[in-house]
Amino acid sequence: MTSLTEKFGRDDWARFTLRQRMTRYAALLGCGLILAWALTSIEVIWPWVWSAPEQIGDLFGRMYPPDPSNLASILSVLWDTVNIATFATAFAVLLSLPVAYISAQNTTPNRATLWLGRLILVTSRSVNTIIWALLFVAIFGPGIVAGIIAIMFRSIGFIGKLLGEAIEEIDKRPVEALEATGASRFKVIIYAIVPQVMPTFWAVAILRWDINLRESTVLGLVGAGGIGIVLQGAIDTFNWPEVATILLAIIVLVIIGEVISAFLRRRIL
Amino acid sequence: MSPPRDTWKKPPLIANTTLRWAVYLSAIAYFGWVSLSMPIDWNRVAEGIGRAGKIFGGAFPPSFERSELLIDGFLESLKIAVLATAGGVLLSIPIAFMSASNMAPRPVFYLGRAIIIIARSFHPIIVAILFVKAVGFGPFAGVLTLIVYSIGFVAKMLAERIEEIDFGQVEAMRAAGAPYLSTLFYAIFPQIMPRQIGLTIYQLDSNLRASAIVGLVGAGGIGATLANAFGRYDYDFALAITIVIVGAILVSEAISGIIRKRIQ
Repeated sequence: MTSLTEKFGRDDWARFTLRQRMTRYAALLGCGLILAWALTSIEVIWPWVWSAPEQIGDLFGRMYPPDPSNLASILSVLWDTVNIATFATAFAVLLSLPVAYISAQNTTPNRATLWLGRLILVTSRSVNTIIWALLFVAIFGPGIVAGIIAIMFRSIGFIGKLLGEAIEEIDKRPVEALEATGASRFKVIIYAIVPQVMPTFWAVAILRWDINLRESTVLGLVGAGGIGIVLQGAIDTFNWPEVATILLAIIVLVIIGEVISAFLRRRIL
Repeated sequence: MSPPRDTWKKPPLIANTTLRWAVYLSAIAYFGWVSLSMPIDWNRVAEGIGRAGKIFGGAFPPSFERSELLIDGFLESLKIAVLATAGGVLLSIPIAFMSASNMAPRPVFYLGRAIIIIARSFHPIIVAILFVKAVGFGPFAGVLTLIVYSIGFVAKMLAERIEEIDFGQVEAMRAAGAPYLSTLFYAIFPQIMPRQIGLTIYQLDSNLRASAIVGLVGAGGIGATLANAFGRYDYDFALAITIVIVGAILVSEAISGIIRKRIQ
């Protein structure tokens, strides 16, 4: 029987070799240094930090009990919020189809369209919905049009990217089979590509609708319609009990949205 | 039996005829009715085309003249993201254990899940407004906001990972008489650590994105700079800020992708 000492050259057990341990310590040290840099150089008024728990408690104290007197108008803007999310998702889904088509390597007509597609996707995805909303409120004025367009612009990149990846992963044999029979480009798309990406398409559309529902609750804070406007109004007038009602309404909306999208996902996929 | 057809038709999306038409009709009714009843000021929207020209005219070429402001704002965003990731990840470990059904007793499990649902329901902007009101303007409100945001995501994913662990190792340690903490450190942590590190890096990336926007409502970082530039109609500076944000996001996405690939 060989002892540990003969086998490994030492008689105690350790999870890592010396070298592994050193790399791990180095990584930890690096993280520690970054944290220390952030902590010491951030411009924070420390007394405010120490009194924060008290202040937050005080804020929640003032919110209780929630005041439902404006519930009717809250529900009506909540409905606007749902409509913004749904319309924006619907438009974004339609607009992202051609973008996904030209940004997938196997379907794009040529190099130039491929890069055009990728440019659209990257621009759309890396600018946040709120920043899009800021821009469109400046263009179209406050209201739900700016909100719908802002969410639509952000969603095109998301849906287009995932759909483009799905197109790149399709089985190309049905495409070749149809092409061999002399089918037109349009028919190849309809009968060979679309059926293969349909499950992804629905999954992505439902997922994005769920996300858009959340995002449309804050659009109003920059003036782009929805429940955010009422929330901003209530906060500006220090009407904390009403703020509490609005926050509860948002939680309920988000949970209902999640239930609906889970239901649709089960039914369709 | 019906005679065999010599043509083929694509099967419809929804097999049940009644349900299919009900879905189509209700979709048409919904979109028709809502688009007619939405409160939209079409005149104002039509004016928008001219305004868009003016805004984009003002935005080109982007101005990097006040780059000092830009760099300060960006560094502040980075600090907010780093601190919030550290705080959020540390807090989400106990919350994840609370909301893993194989670790926690029922009441604790429900409490943990409730914390996660609440943290996930609110968009960071709403949380940021509340924190700005509670603890004042500045990066501290941003850090608190993103801690809540991180808990919503990291604790949820980590709880799912904890629920999937191999319990054999835990049982072996317990059978050997190991105390609770040793079981935690030697049987559970090694199984969840790779996922936790991956999640942390992913969350750092998404906190950096979010830290760019919480500033719009006064929670510090480059978002505050952007909101100011927009408010003062400095569209060329606003475009420069947006370009920097987009560039930073692309770089951080690439870095986090590389690190996560190497770890897994």
